[in-house]
Amino acid sequence: MDQLYPKAAMAALEFLEKRGIDVEYPEAQTCCGQPLKNSGCDAEVTPLAQRFHDIFSDYDYVVCPSGSCTSMVRHHYDHHLDPTSHGTLKNKVYEFCEFLHDVLKVDDIDASFPHRVGLHQSCHGLRELRLGSSSELHGTSFSKVKSLLHQVRDLQLVELERSDECCGFGGTFAIAEESISCSMGRDRIEDHKSAKAQVITGVDSSCLMHLEGLIKRSGETLPTVHVAEILNGSAEL
Amino acid sequence: MSHPQAADTFLKQAEHAKWHDQALWFVRQKRDKACKKLPEWESLRGLAADIKKHTLSRLSEYLQEFEAKALENGLHVHWAKDAEEHNQIVHTILDGKKVKKIVKSKSMLTEECHLNTYLEERGIEVIDTDLGERIVQLRREPPSHIVLPAIHLKREQVSDLFHEKMGTKKGHSEPEYLTEAARQDLRKDFLSADAAMTGVNFAIAETGGFVVCTNEGNADLGASLPPLHIASMGLEKVIPRAKDLSVFLRLLARSATGQSITSYSSHFHKAQKGSEIHIVLLDNGRSKILHEPEFMKSLQCIRCGACLNTCPIYRRSGGHSYNHVIPGPIGSVLAPHKDQSKHQSLPFASTLCGSCTDVCPVKIDLHSQLLSWRSKLVASGYIPKGKLLALKSVSWVFKHPKIYGSLGWLGRKTLPSLPRFLLHNKFNVWGKQREMPDVPPLSFREIYKKRKKP
Repeated sequence: MDQLYPKAAMAALEFLEKRGIDVEYPEAQTCCGQPLKNSGCDAEVTPLAQRFHDIFSDYDYVVCPSGSCTSMVRHHYDHHLDPTSHGTLKNKVYEFCEFLHDVLKVDDIDASFPHRVGLHQSCHGLRELRLGSSSELHGTSFSKVKSLLHQVRDLQLVELERSDECCGFGGTFAIAEESISCSMGRDRIEDHKSAKAQVITGVDSSCLMHLEGLIKRSGETLPTVHVAEILNGSAEL
Repeated sequence: MSHPQAADTFLKQAEHAKWHDQALWFVRQKRDKACKKLPEWESLRGLAADIKKHTLSRLSEYLQEFEAKALENGLHVHWAKDAEEHNQIVHTILDGKKVKKIVKSKSMLTEECHLNTYLEERGIEVIDTDLGERIVQLRREPPSHIVLPAIHLKREQVSDLFHEKMGTKKGHSEPEYLTEAARQDLRKDFLSADAAMTGVNFAIAETGGFVVCTNEGNADLGASLPPLHIASMGLEKVIPRAKDLSVFLRLLARSATGQSITSYSSHFHKAQKGSEIHIVLLDNGRSKILHEPEFMKSLQCIRCGACLNTCPIYRRSGGHSYNHVIPGPIGSVLAPHKDQSKHQSLPFASTLCGSCTDVCPVKIDLHSQLLSWRSKLVASGYIPKGKLLALKSVSWVFKHPKIYGSLGWLGRKTLPSLPRFLLHNKFNVWGKQREMPDVPPLSFREIYKKRKKP
């Protein structure tokens, strides 16, 4: 997000600051190590987990505009850090929408987005952070992200045929299993198009980058935009 | 062939691949509808997982209890440490009765042991009686799915096969017509077989009996006619009590096909007068998995196939792309136990989306196990040198924020001005079918530094 999608990160920052929250961006931060973990390079993850810990331990909350990075810290650092001190830190780490929903309990978003929007439910946000109910489980249906998007004026969420199928990004999977990755991505895009979405949004820039790459290659116009930009009212199409 | 290569081939037949994805998604939807009719679905899953966990924690006790009760019932019990021993045991029993032909209902365990080939090489004819199994047997290929063995085939392909093998009318591919032809063809085999083989879905320690679930009744018909029935089961199939069945039977069919229950849930306790029932209990690596905490839960599997149906990778690459007897997420978790080198690409044939974990009726943490395998495989050296070097370099950069920032800056300055052929060529796998993202002029950290804090 830092290097390729600064607008999304900026939107998250502005949103929080407008609510009077004192936000700092510690510049020593780089990457949580998720691509290394998912590739099986555990030895390379430990020093990055330790860095994360050193950089972020002193904050009241750590907010991250990415579901998969948040899940990496919350669920996968356990093997790499001292469990006691990490236990305290990991409970302070929130995905951006989750923080808005669970901690700030935002119910008065002042933004307008007069478009038909397709929500791509990124898998780690959905099935590891439980930002919403997955279609496989039987229980009360909910979505923290949708509940925030519903507050945006003139925004219309579309119903997808497959509400939470993976887009096929999967980190290094996008390269290692290129054929399937692209096939999955194209199927997701078709689903959004059939539902007459004018914009695809989601909580992970990585999934959106994959979908955006496929859409641009096909020559079609279906913009992808991070959910923070819509909620902040700063989304540009 | 690695999984990505096989998947690439499968996807080249784009229309067929799309049909395959949709056919299996249809099964997944049927499963959703069926399980969502049960308000207690999630507690059933929890109960099933707990029963399996408990059983595995004292597996040897339950297996011995099962053996003792089965012997009391007059059944014959055999123990096999591996596939070779399993096949020898089965052959010895059949040979002792001068069996020339057997009918066999669906059993992934006999596929795991390559029993058909073993027996055929020793002069015994094996007829698979499950319709899907029969189709793949006639094609001399392995099943591509554990519940729907011929799901990779369209009915037109089955029609051509039956025309060639059974003399059905060419071009007739109506399901009723083809099924009836297979029924008639199999009937003579049922009547002339000297013995029957079945798998085992559940073996009950308390009663010494076992249950076989089918939709076609072929296990019952097969096992009722000849005087010899051999049932093969993996060690993990045992459950403590008869009443536990009520949990598993409700979960199995709903998860597998969206039915409330399989058409036939046949209970076998004692042989008919003049007949014999033999049970072969197979280990074949299962007790080793039992002692690996990260992977132990995989032994809870009831082979419903729900994780295959939901897996977006399985649906788009087909069962044969896994090159293992059990494909899909559960197969990718089990296969490397057999041969890490051969199956090293399977744990990577997943986006770790977690749909398999959520759909599993016995709550196996499938996607977490796939992740565990990745670490294990890399630790064993199964990672291409180039990939390892690239990842190590990336990791080094991530440890040095200043260098990370400078490299990012350099990339953003140079990439937009590079000619397209330098960016989009055969070395750029990302760019084969996707555009690279537009590079913004400034990174977030640069914008952040320049701005005034409100």
